[in-house]
Amino acid sequence: MSVLVDADTRVVVQGITGGEGKFHAGQMIEYGTNVVAGAVPGKGGQDVDGVPVYDTVHEAVRKEDADASVVLVPPAFAADALFEALDTSLDLVVAITEGIPTQDMAKVNRRLRETDTHLVGPNCPGVITPGEAKLGILPGNIFAPGKVGLVSRSGTLTYQVVDNLTSRGIGQTTAIGIGGDPIIGTSFIDALELFEADEETEAVAMCGEIGGEDEEEAAEYIATQMDTPVAAFIAGRTAPPGKRMGHAGAIVSGSGTGTAESKIDALNAAGVPVGDTPEEVADHIEGYL
Amino acid sequence: MKLHEYQAKGVFADAGIPTPDSQLATSVDEAVDAGDALGYPVAVKAQVQVGGRGKAGGIEIATDADELRAAAENILGMDLKGYHVDRVLVESAVDFTNELYLGVTMDRGEGEPVAMVSSEGGVDIEEVAAETPEAIAREHVDPAFGMHSYQARKAVYEADIPRDVSRAVSSVLETLYDLWEANDASEAEINPLMVTDGGDVVAADAVMNVDDDALFRHPDLADMEEESYTDDLERKAGEYGFDYVRLSGNVGIIGNGAGLVMATLDLVDHYGGEPANFLDIGGGAKAERVANALDMVFSDPNVDSVVFNIFGGITRGDEVARGINEALSQFDEIPKPVVVRLAGTNASEGMEILDTSLVRVEETLEEAVQRAVDDAAEVTN
Repeated sequence: MSVLVDADTRVVVQGITGGEGKFHAGQMIEYGTNVVAGAVPGKGGQDVDGVPVYDTVHEAVRKEDADASVVLVPPAFAADALFEALDTSLDLVVAITEGIPTQDMAKVNRRLRETDTHLVGPNCPGVITPGEAKLGILPGNIFAPGKVGLVSRSGTLTYQVVDNLTSRGIGQTTAIGIGGDPIIGTSFIDALELFEADEETEAVAMCGEIGGEDEEEAAEYIATQMDTPVAAFIAGRTAPPGKRMGHAGAIVSGSGTGTAESKIDALNAAGVPVGDTPEEVADHIEGYL
Repeated sequence: MKLHEYQAKGVFADAGIPTPDSQLATSVDEAVDAGDALGYPVAVKAQVQVGGRGKAGGIEIATDADELRAAAENILGMDLKGYHVDRVLVESAVDFTNELYLGVTMDRGEGEPVAMVSSEGGVDIEEVAAETPEAIAREHVDPAFGMHSYQARKAVYEADIPRDVSRAVSSVLETLYDLWEANDASEAEINPLMVTDGGDVVAADAVMNVDDDALFRHPDLADMEEESYTDDLERKAGEYGFDYVRLSGNVGIIGNGAGLVMATLDLVDHYGGEPANFLDIGGGAKAERVANALDMVFSDPNVDSVVFNIFGGITRGDEVARGINEALSQFDEIPKPVVVRLAGTNASEGMEILDTSLVRVEETLEEAVQRAVDDAAEVTN
């Protein structure tokens, strides 16, 4: 079992004719992902490496029975692409695009609440079920099929922790990069709910970072609603207050909320060990299996 | 992007929010001329993009030309919370009976805009929020519809704003929300909104921060961006387009992806070292960008060693290796020891290209960080 995606997921790539879209569609196909269509306004009728391109997502869904989309569209057009995706019957939309204006995402999320679609991202590496399908830009070769769910706000940190797991023979059910922006579709809690309901997932690794209160809320959920054990890593212990550390969301306010300390305390109180290093997270996960 | 007060006031005034008469001055003489033109008393306000200017001595009231000259001499050229003051706003002082607070921002937890009103303006609103949160009325706004008039009225009544100005205040709040939305602001604030003896309201301060990601659709605002760095390295980072933060230690850190770079900082600390900086080269970096990153970190005199931590996804290891080679081949002697850890996309190709006579390669993140910390300690001792 897996969550969100598997070998049967039928994927449409929005932005498939662009540089990133073309490259990563190829990488997804190479990994074994069932990429059935591309959608780019004005490019309908073309094909990219054998994948038919349609002018609209609606047409791609109707003609190719797609049930998921990966959005690799530049930030200025990304919100429109997301609205288009949410106007169809897709089960899953994965938004890779970095730098979407926050007010655009507030409107997208407002629309999202009226749909049954899962939105992952934006500004995220995507979702992968090792050995079955990857939707996004994650390097497939570091993942291995197994029993650990992974959820992370940071792309490269996801790779790091997966590498620590895979190198000691611990595989993953599904890894979900939820993204580092202030407003995202899938939260830690949403991802943890999916893993909790998945029978194959025996443990979950969670990578958080400074900024916001999502990890604190996740800790509350883990303490009260979860049986599956969780181990965590929190990036940004050494970050000075008031400085934006790359991710839009990764900023510690002067008033002390969103600090690494408050997140670690909340997780520890929920019975979640927080590793000082990614290697220590893998130690904890190994102990659960 | 933070606007200066005078820039934000311009945006607010254009939208119809009452602001005091004012003039910008870059010299003491200009300031005195401005005061003479406006009439006394005036407020002299340092134009730097930080809060708490008043407490730090960046705002003074002058009742005549002599006082204004003295105030301008004090403030112009001062160093305010790390920023050099090179201009002041000279502004007609407002006689007030009350100071209110109005603000609009994004509530990231709710994923929705929120408008805030308080009758306790003129003070540090973060303190009010921490100590007496009930003193701030909050109204969440559906971003699909924008703020309804009733919502502005509701917030104003809940905040116990004096009845004789409630209509004026709710009108300003509606305008503030509209301009927040129209300009893709992350924050728009008036603190204080002064209630005058005559029962009018005037925005005595103006704060507006604009979402950097949305500047592409606001060229007028983007043009207002000014270099205000006091740190040469941060200016250089701005020119190279890096996410860079200077820190106080001596281990230089370069990586790809904010989370991984932060984790590298934390590991340096964990192994007993002190990070000198946060530098994220971002996704998909080409060789030139990598070389620029090394140039940046070598430019920091505090740096005694450098750790390069790359986990390729969209970034390719061979490109990174080429950049490192390029940057280092120009030196007869490498200025600081460099440790490289390359993993992920095209890492093995990168390892083949990487000139290991110039750098030390470590297999794991932990080993690389430990090595860089040891190298830095060796230099220090």
